[in-house]
Amino acid sequence: MDDFLIRAMLGGFGVALAAGPLGTFVVWRRMAYFGDTLAHSGLLGVVLGIVLNVNPQLGVVAACLLVALILVLLQRQRRLAADTLLGILAHATLSLGLVALAFMETVRVDLVGYLFGDILAINNTDLYWIWGGALLALGALAWLWRPLLAATVHEELAQVEGVPTFPIRVAFMALIAMVIAVAMKVVGILLITSLLIIPAAAARRFARSPEGMAVLASGFGCAAVGSGLWASLRWDTPAGPSVVVAATALFVLGFLVPNRSRRNT
Amino acid sequence: MPTEPLLTVEGVSLAIRGNPILQEVSLQVSSGKIVALIGPNGAGKSTLVRVVLGLLQPERGRVWRKPGVRIGYMPQRLAVDETLPLTARRFITLGMPASRERVQEVLAEVGAARVLDTPVQAISGGEMQRVMLARALLREPDLLVLDEPIQGVDLNGQYELYDLIGDLRRQRGCGILMVSHELHLVMAATDHVLCLNRHVCCSGHPEHVARDPAYLQLFGIDGARRLAVYHHHHNHRHDLHGTVVAEDAPVPALSTIDEEEGLSHRLENQKAHG
Repeated sequence: MDDFLIRAMLGGFGVALAAGPLGTFVVWRRMAYFGDTLAHSGLLGVVLGIVLNVNPQLGVVAACLLVALILVLLQRQRRLAADTLLGILAHATLSLGLVALAFMETVRVDLVGYLFGDILAINNTDLYWIWGGALLALGALAWLWRPLLAATVHEELAQVEGVPTFPIRVAFMALIAMVIAVAMKVVGILLITSLLIIPAAAARRFARSPEGMAVLASGFGCAAVGSGLWASLRWDTPAGPSVVVAATALFVLGFLVPNRSRRNT
Repeated sequence: MPTEPLLTVEGVSLAIRGNPILQEVSLQVSSGKIVALIGPNGAGKSTLVRVVLGLLQPERGRVWRKPGVRIGYMPQRLAVDETLPLTARRFITLGMPASRERVQEVLAEVGAARVLDTPVQAISGGEMQRVMLARALLREPDLLVLDEPIQGVDLNGQYELYDLIGDLRRQRGCGILMVSHELHLVMAATDHVLCLNRHVCCSGHPEHVARDPAYLQLFGIDGARRLAVYHHHHNHRHDLHGTVVAEDAPVPALSTIDEEEGLSHRLENQKAHG
C-alpha cells in the first residue's frame, strides 16, 4: 500500500473515532444544524490562521468557538428562532470566509480542498494534529460523559442534581469545534456534519445503551472511511464525498438487518 | 412529627420581560409536611418551583434552604429522545450512581419494579412518573419537589400516586412541595395549600382555603365543588362570604352549597368504606 494511502486511512480513522461518540450527542441533543453552522465558519478560521500566521486548524477552532459564543449570546434574545439564527450565521460566516480569501491575492489556497476535504494529501504533521485532537476530544468526552448525558436527558433536573450544566454545554461546544478542526482535512467543511451524524444514526438501531451506541458509531465511521477510500481509488471518485456516500450506504444497509432490539410501544 | 423548616421563601417577586410572574410570594415547607401549590395555568406555579430549586433568581425577596438540604426533584414532563437508548435503570442512575439492587429497591418502593430494564421510551406515562419519582428518591431527599406529579395519569393511577406520596411522607418523613392544577385530589393528604395566581391568593389548611372567597373566585364553583370532596368542617357556612363570591363567579345558591356538602359527606363515607 502506498504511504499516502496509509496516512489517509490513519487520518480518517482518527477523525471517525472521535466523531462517532461526539456525534451521538449531536443526534441526541438535536444539534445537527448547530454542528453544520460551526463547520461553515471553518473557512473563516482558515483565513484567520493565515492572517495570524498560525496553523489553520487553530484558526478553525478559534472561529468555531467564536461562532458558538455568538450563538449562545444571540439565543438569549427571543425575537428570532434558533434555526433562523443558525441559518444566518452558517451562511454569513461561509460567505465571509470566501470573500476574505478572495482578498488575499498573495496566498494560494486550495479552496476545494477545504470545502470537500483532501484526505489523500494528509501529511505527517496533519496526522499528529488529527490524532492529538481526536484523543484529546475522546478523553474529554469520557470525562464529561455522565454529566453531559444527564444534562442531555433533562437539563434542569441535572442542574438540580448538581451538574454544572452551563460549563458542560460550553465544553461540549468546544469539543465539537475541535472535531470540526481535525475533520476538515478529511471530508471538508461542507461535509463534516455528516461524519458526526450518519454513523451515530446508523448505530441507533443496534445499540441498547448510550455507550454501546457511541462505540458502534465509531466503528461505523471507521468502516465508512475504509470503504469510502477504497471506492474512491477503485472508481477514481473524490475521496471525501466517497466516505460520506459509504457512511450513508451503511446507514441504509442497517435497515435491511432485522431489528432484534424489540421495542413495541 | 418534626416541623423544622427545610425551605423558606419570603416576599419573592419576579418579572420576565417586564411581565410580572410572581409578586410577593412567600411559602414554607417543613419536614414531614406536604405543601400543595395550586393555581390556574399561567399562575406562575412552575416559575415558583424553579425559584425554589435555585434555577431562577428572584428579583426581590429571599429564598432560604436549610444548609445541606437534599432536594429530590420530579419535573413536570420528561420525554427522552427516541434516538437515545436508555433503560429505566440507566435513567435513574443518571442522577446518582447506584447498584442494580438499590435501583430495584427504590423502583419497588414506587411500585414500578417491573420496568427496571425497559427502555424509557416504551414506558407508559404513569410508570414514567413513578420512575422519575424513584430517581428523586434514590438521592434520599429531605425535600421532594414534585411538579404536577399526576399529569397524564389516569384517574386510578392518580389516586395511587397520591397514596404513594402520602406514604412516602409518612415513611421517610421528608417535606414535600407539590404543584397541581388538579384540585380535587390534592387536598386529601395535604397539610397546607397555597393558592397562587401570580400572588398568593389565599393559603392555609385545605378546608380553610376551600372556603376562601379568593379561592372560589379563582377556580369558579366547578373547581370549588370538586374540592368539596375533602371538606371536613361544616360548621362555618356563615363564613362563606357569599356576597364576594357572587360578584365575579357564578352565584353559588345556598342550596347548591348544601348539596355540595351532602355530596362530600357521601364521598367521604364511600372513601372510608372503600
